[in-house]
Amino acid sequence: MEIFAQQIVNGLVLGSIYALVALGYTMVYGILGLINFAHGDITMIGALVSLTIIQLLAAAGVPVPLVLMLAVSGAIIVCTILGVSIERVAYRPLRRAPRLAPLITAIGVSILLQYSAALIWGKQYISMPEIMAPASVTLFGAQLTGLQVAIFTLACLIMAGLLWFIKASRMGRAMRATEQNPDVAGLMGVNTDTVIAFTFVLGSAIGAIAGLMIVLYYGLGHYFMGFMLGLKAFTAAVLGGIGNVAGAVLGGLLLGIIESLAAGYIGDLTGGVLGSNYRDIFAFLVLVLVLVLRPSGLLGQHSGDRA
Amino acid sequence: MIVAGNHPLRWTAWVAVALLLLAAPFLVEAVLGRAWVRIADVALLFIMLALGLNIVVGFAGLLDLGYIAFFAVGAYSYALLASPQFAVHWPFLVLLPLGAAAAALFGILLGGPTLRLRGDYLAIVTLGFGEIIRVFLNNLNRPVNITNGPQGITLIDPLQVGGFSLAQTHSVAGLTFSPVHNYYFVFLACAVLSIVISLRLENSRIGRAWVAIRDDELAASAMGINTRNIKLLAFAMGATFGGVAGGLFASFQGFVSPESFHLIDSIMVLCMVVLGGMGNVAGVVLGAVLLTALPEALRYIGPLQQRWIGEVLVDPSDLRMLLFGLALVLMMLFRPSGIWPARRRTAVPAAAGAVEKSRATR
Repeated sequence: MEIFAQQIVNGLVLGSIYALVALGYTMVYGILGLINFAHGDITMIGALVSLTIIQLLAAAGVPVPLVLMLAVSGAIIVCTILGVSIERVAYRPLRRAPRLAPLITAIGVSILLQYSAALIWGKQYISMPEIMAPASVTLFGAQLTGLQVAIFTLACLIMAGLLWFIKASRMGRAMRATEQNPDVAGLMGVNTDTVIAFTFVLGSAIGAIAGLMIVLYYGLGHYFMGFMLGLKAFTAAVLGGIGNVAGAVLGGLLLGIIESLAAGYIGDLTGGVLGSNYRDIFAFLVLVLVLVLRPSGLLGQHSGDRA
Repeated sequence: MIVAGNHPLRWTAWVAVALLLLAAPFLVEAVLGRAWVRIADVALLFIMLALGLNIVVGFAGLLDLGYIAFFAVGAYSYALLASPQFAVHWPFLVLLPLGAAAAALFGILLGGPTLRLRGDYLAIVTLGFGEIIRVFLNNLNRPVNITNGPQGITLIDPLQVGGFSLAQTHSVAGLTFSPVHNYYFVFLACAVLSIVISLRLENSRIGRAWVAIRDDELAASAMGINTRNIKLLAFAMGATFGGVAGGLFASFQGFVSPESFHLIDSIMVLCMVVLGGMGNVAGVVLGAVLLTALPEALRYIGPLQQRWIGEVLVDPSDLRMLLFGLALVLMMLFRPSGIWPARRRTAVPAAAGAVEKSRATR
């Protein structure tokens, strides 16, 4: 029971990070119908930028809250600039091209980001300096660190804020209109180019925050970390119903819990045959199962786009 | 387009090309050294791989980002059944078809659930599959040792017929055939066979169905093409090429480990297809040869940096990946049909693209 509660807690924290990254995939997919392969790598850049800022400032003796504020701002600035430039240079010219073309540029951009990061930060794992005292409370037999609480709360606030923004603000309405039909939205006076660029800003900024959370949580950064993260976040988006913002939140949390529980119990269930080194395959299994059983995802509205 | 005409000049040209290809390993060895004969062998393997992926990406328009997994399946099928790992030593004439069948089976298993859906899902599922295969290869050494984990499998049997082994040096008519030379001729035969199969497929009923699906799936299905089965066939056929090439690779290297089947290897094969010219067999062959030779040439950049700047700033293998990424983006932006475009491929009119787009986003 204690293991169970602990894995649920771990799963929720991990899942809230997945959900934040999944938001970036799902918003872009909703509007452009494009899997932005580079999104996981944008998150990676956010993670490494904030890690570097923390390393520099923590060594200089700057107080911790200020360090975190600066780290997150730095990451957001770098990531939004990257996101918007990628959209402008690599995706916008191909908006009316055959389907395969933007997918291939997306994969190209992803590789460019990975190996640029390898060039800047090197290929080794970069570890995080200890900046916060590990405080923890026990709840239903599960250990809860202050960091976990902070990550989960902040993630929930961001997600709630985003849902409100899309529902209530003028820009949010323009985003929904563009998603439904870009041509008609344009006729109604929506500048669809601005809306699409703004979607990338939003997705990249949230990705940057998720990146900071990951380096704080795992204490490690790596130039290739965006790959698995992106794959899992995409799975979360598909699980919730791709294109659906609330679905991405639900899918992220669910995937986090599934993965934690599966990794925690797989050894016992299989009598030690399979160990937790197989944890990365669960996201993949979930993805394939969802595609077979319910391709529109949990909150998706129509069953599978066959076009 | 490779079509043997009746014109006597044509015939002479083909005979000359054939002679040149047969003499190539000796010429290469004399000019560049034996290491480059080995590179030529690898280039021939990559031609097979790229032609297999070309069926999937170029003909049928399905983006497969984990193609190297089928290569891995073929290589491990061969390695497990022709090495001391299980003390089994089956002949390659059994193992190569077996590896091809295993790869095709994986292709069908993977394609089945995803090919009903939009192509994007296939891209991401294959991307995941490529990594998952590696996770399994890395971890299937406990509790029962199947793949020997990260250490890989060693002492794999070379190709041999009776007592004639390709891994030994033979002397025929004054020419010395070292193992790399022997394999060159086997790979050359296989690569030529792959080219012929690709060309025959391209102009067949199935090939036309693939191209029709690539260009407009809805119209293709309206014309009576069973799009799902035909796409599945493309996927299985591509995987088969990968499986055979994998088996040959295992016998050639004598050693396989999960390290040879990374995401970047899938990307490299994809680059060969995209850069060479998606859907054009000659272009893909050109892409494979260029992209095998280029990284080897890039190797000289490390020492050059050392001499000019005093330290190695950019690792040549990273530089290779940066160039690949850049090439994919630039190619799609400025010359989407590749260095040597397919003849049949025509630009999609802007209006049709707009309809496609609005349908896709609804």
